[in-house]
Amino acid sequence: MAPVLAAPKPALPPTGDTPGGGGAGERAFSWGVRSAAIAVAAILVGVLAFLTIRGGPSMFAGAGDLPARATSFFQLAGPLAFGSLWVAAIALAFATLPAVGVALAATVYAPSPRFGRFLGAVLDLLAAVPSVVFGLWGLMVLAPLMTPVYGWLHDHLAFLPFFSGEPSVTGRTALTAGMVVGVMILPIMAAICRESFALTPPALMEAATALGATRWEMVRTAVLPTARSGIVAGGMLALGRALGETMAVAMVLSATPFLISFNVISPENPATIAAFIASAFPESAGRQVDALIGLGLVLFAISLLASIAGRRVARKAVAR
Amino acid sequence: MTATIPSAAGGAAARVHTSPAADPLDGPLAALAAAPWAAPGGAAAWPATPAPGSISIRAVSCFYGSHLAVADVSLEIPGRAVTAFIGPSGCGKSTLLRSINRMHEFIPGARAHGTIELDGVDLNAKGVDPVAVRSKIGMVFQKPNPFPAMSIRDNVLAGLIIRGERPPRAAADDLVEKSLRRAHLWEEVKDRLKKPGDSLSGGQQQRLCIARAVAVEPHVVLMDEPCSALDPISTLAIEELMRDLARDYTVVVVTHNMAQANRISDVTAFFSLAKAGQPGRLVESGPTADLFTAPQVAATRDYIEGRFG
Amino acid sequence: MSATVLAHDADRSASCGGGVADVLASSRPRWGRRLRNRLALGAVVLAVAATAVPLASVIWESVRRGMARIDAELFSSSMWAVVGPGGGLLHALVGTLLITAATALIAIPLGLGAAIFLTEYGAEGRLASLTRRAVDIMVSIPSIVAGLAAYALFSLLLGPGTRSGLAGAVALAMIMIPVVVRSSEEVLRLVPQDLREAGLALGAARHKVIRRVVLPTALPGLTSGAVLGVARIVGETAPLLLVAGFTDAMNYNLADGRMTTLPVFIYTQWSAKGLDTAAYDERAWAGALVLMAVVVALQLAARHLPAQIAKLRRNR
Repeated sequence: MAPVLAAPKPALPPTGDTPGGGGAGERAFSWGVRSAAIAVAAILVGVLAFLTIRGGPSMFAGAGDLPARATSFFQLAGPLAFGSLWVAAIALAFATLPAVGVALAATVYAPSPRFGRFLGAVLDLLAAVPSVVFGLWGLMVLAPLMTPVYGWLHDHLAFLPFFSGEPSVTGRTALTAGMVVGVMILPIMAAICRESFALTPPALMEAATALGATRWEMVRTAVLPTARSGIVAGGMLALGRALGETMAVAMVLSATPFLISFNVISPENPATIAAFIASAFPESAGRQVDALIGLGLVLFAISLLASIAGRRVARKAVAR
Repeated sequence: MTATIPSAAGGAAARVHTSPAADPLDGPLAALAAAPWAAPGGAAAWPATPAPGSISIRAVSCFYGSHLAVADVSLEIPGRAVTAFIGPSGCGKSTLLRSINRMHEFIPGARAHGTIELDGVDLNAKGVDPVAVRSKIGMVFQKPNPFPAMSIRDNVLAGLIIRGERPPRAAADDLVEKSLRRAHLWEEVKDRLKKPGDSLSGGQQQRLCIARAVAVEPHVVLMDEPCSALDPISTLAIEELMRDLARDYTVVVVTHNMAQANRISDVTAFFSLAKAGQPGRLVESGPTADLFTAPQVAATRDYIEGRFG
Repeated sequence: MSATVLAHDADRSASCGGGVADVLASSRPRWGRRLRNRLALGAVVLAVAATAVPLASVIWESVRRGMARIDAELFSSSMWAVVGPGGGLLHALVGTLLITAATALIAIPLGLGAAIFLTEYGAEGRLASLTRRAVDIMVSIPSIVAGLAAYALFSLLLGPGTRSGLAGAVALAMIMIPVVVRSSEEVLRLVPQDLREAGLALGAARHKVIRRVVLPTALPGLTSGAVLGVARIVGETAPLLLVAGFTDAMNYNLADGRMTTLPVFIYTQWSAKGLDTAAYDERAWAGALVLMAVVVALQLAARHLPAQIAKLRRNR
């Protein structure tokens, strides 16, 4: 994974834009790479343009032009946006502590550099598992495993809104989906935490140890405070990723459109934008597809906000 | 510009072959020398008469953005001799050195004003391709920097390889041997030419870089503190080599080591600056023996006697 | 004695004073602090478990449930006219190969070109910062949105409802390009400036120095970045579901008609089951196992290719 915390400024003095000479070959080559850079920027502009042109007008569409027999775009988009944020929040709740912990294990707590590298490889591999495989795993392995737990939660903690109502017998709940997405974003967050822990000045850690701090006290006073914005940045970027996760959620979550509910163990769950697009797309045509593109635009906006916020915090972390 | 040039077309090709010994590389090297020197249709060519590879620097000032790094330097560098630039850090020796083969153009914001001529040809004239300037004025850097992705042999041929020229194998072999011999490295590496360039020791790497520089048959070799990253024994080997190189090339070396300047150079130029942030200036220059025994300026004497800063 | 003193030295509280005996007596941290230290260690170990257990479980379940269908038929037939047991994923393998190759063909030249511009030419110019910003935003495009954008583009060009492998490749390229730009830019920056200067000082034009010095030197890293980019898209499902569709038949033509890849095969085996559900589940898991093998192979390649290339060079 490319380091997110690495400074955007060049590490070495750039060769600059001065004419280095070289004639026609040089002009052709520099023109070629320049147009590649322009093309990359143009692709993004194109994506935004296509989404806006096709999806924008659907925000004012009425009944009949919308999927799932919705009567207005926002009647559809509101609960879906809630679902996306809700599942992402559950995922983040599951992923944060393990991500910080495993990042500590790979840096401060690593018994040897080799162990650190091994954990890095495990994290890379976990990040590389395709979401459709996670979907299959969540659906057929994790969900059945969780149903007894949901029964127990309902029996003992039903006074909390999260666990009231009949629990799902299939286990395909918001909690299961959140757990699966949590596993998927864990390596992303851990990688960024690891980077920011590695930025802790060794002198600071040695100073804390020399003052007689235990290892945990050293971590708490020297490592975590300096890395705090790195951890927040990792969480934000992971959030962006969780919001966009499609297949795992589409496969695991047994979703009902238009539903807003905080119950995490129910057979009826709020749907997420991404999963809704994927499942409604094959059955949609004409204006309905435009509405799905409009939903995509909303999803893009939300996850972009999350990652912009994350990158802001990350930059601050590096600047400090 | 053409007015100062006595020779006619063909002079460019002729100049290269003044190097001693039969040159087996007539083909590619002649092409190199003749081809890219001037703009198409331009009449620029190398004159045959003055000492080959003599450089005259006239009223040169170097800037980084708006900061004046070197002010108003005028200096004659004789051909086929070693000229040393000495002076305290930050006095602009390296900046001036880089502006001689226009390497400063790759530092953002760096500019040089004034005239620099190689054998009477203005290197900054319109239509002169900086790429061609660099093929006539080679450079050796502070840290040895052989290309790690190339073998020792390919490193020597790098000038040709990078330019995309493919000399016949026999000619290339000859060029490799000749250049490595010239760099006093042949005996040490002749059995492992296929090994990567960075498998050598630091001193050997630096000599490899010198072989690489002379393999493109430049007139001038610029050296930017070539020994500062080396141990004393490797330094000695390079110093010996520099003396030897001066028989065929003009050598300009920036050094912090005054004893070294005294040992190896024919001409020494002493640069200094009033204080940090002020531009560097040429204080005094002359035959090395004179400058070290009877400096004309008090600042030079102080520096040579170690009383500076 | 000295060994124990040293062992506890690091844990000793700073505030203890008095004589040597006092120091030694109070050198062990109080039990509350020791307990918290132990608890923290326990939490870290748990975190490692929380990472390793799901990964191990995914791998184990793929092997356990998919192994039964790792047979010759799986790799030699498509799902054409198969409604029960049997059948295979050859069509999906071919589709994966074609779509991935097409994606790489779009994304690697564009991404590498942009990265060369950013490191070697642009650096601080306006276009460079614009491109960097675009890459930053593209990284956060959800993959399904890339699919929607490709759908919008192709339905504009070829009419609504069009499905093709090429459209899938375009969608995946949007995801892969920022990965390639970032990793290539990072690797190119690691090429020492010295080498560029050495090349330029030999009298070579800048583009030749880039092509014959900078790129060969960076080649190991560039390769690994490109492989990681491929690994990133080879498991993508959602965008392909939208623009490449799915089919049970072989399709060798990127430009025409629906084309199935491995991840889409897995998804459809689960989502569109026939009567004999066990056969479909088995095929889904077998597909997952094959896909995992591909992903692991790509990861290993990305990890070991650089060293291999360097070694090849050394022994040349």
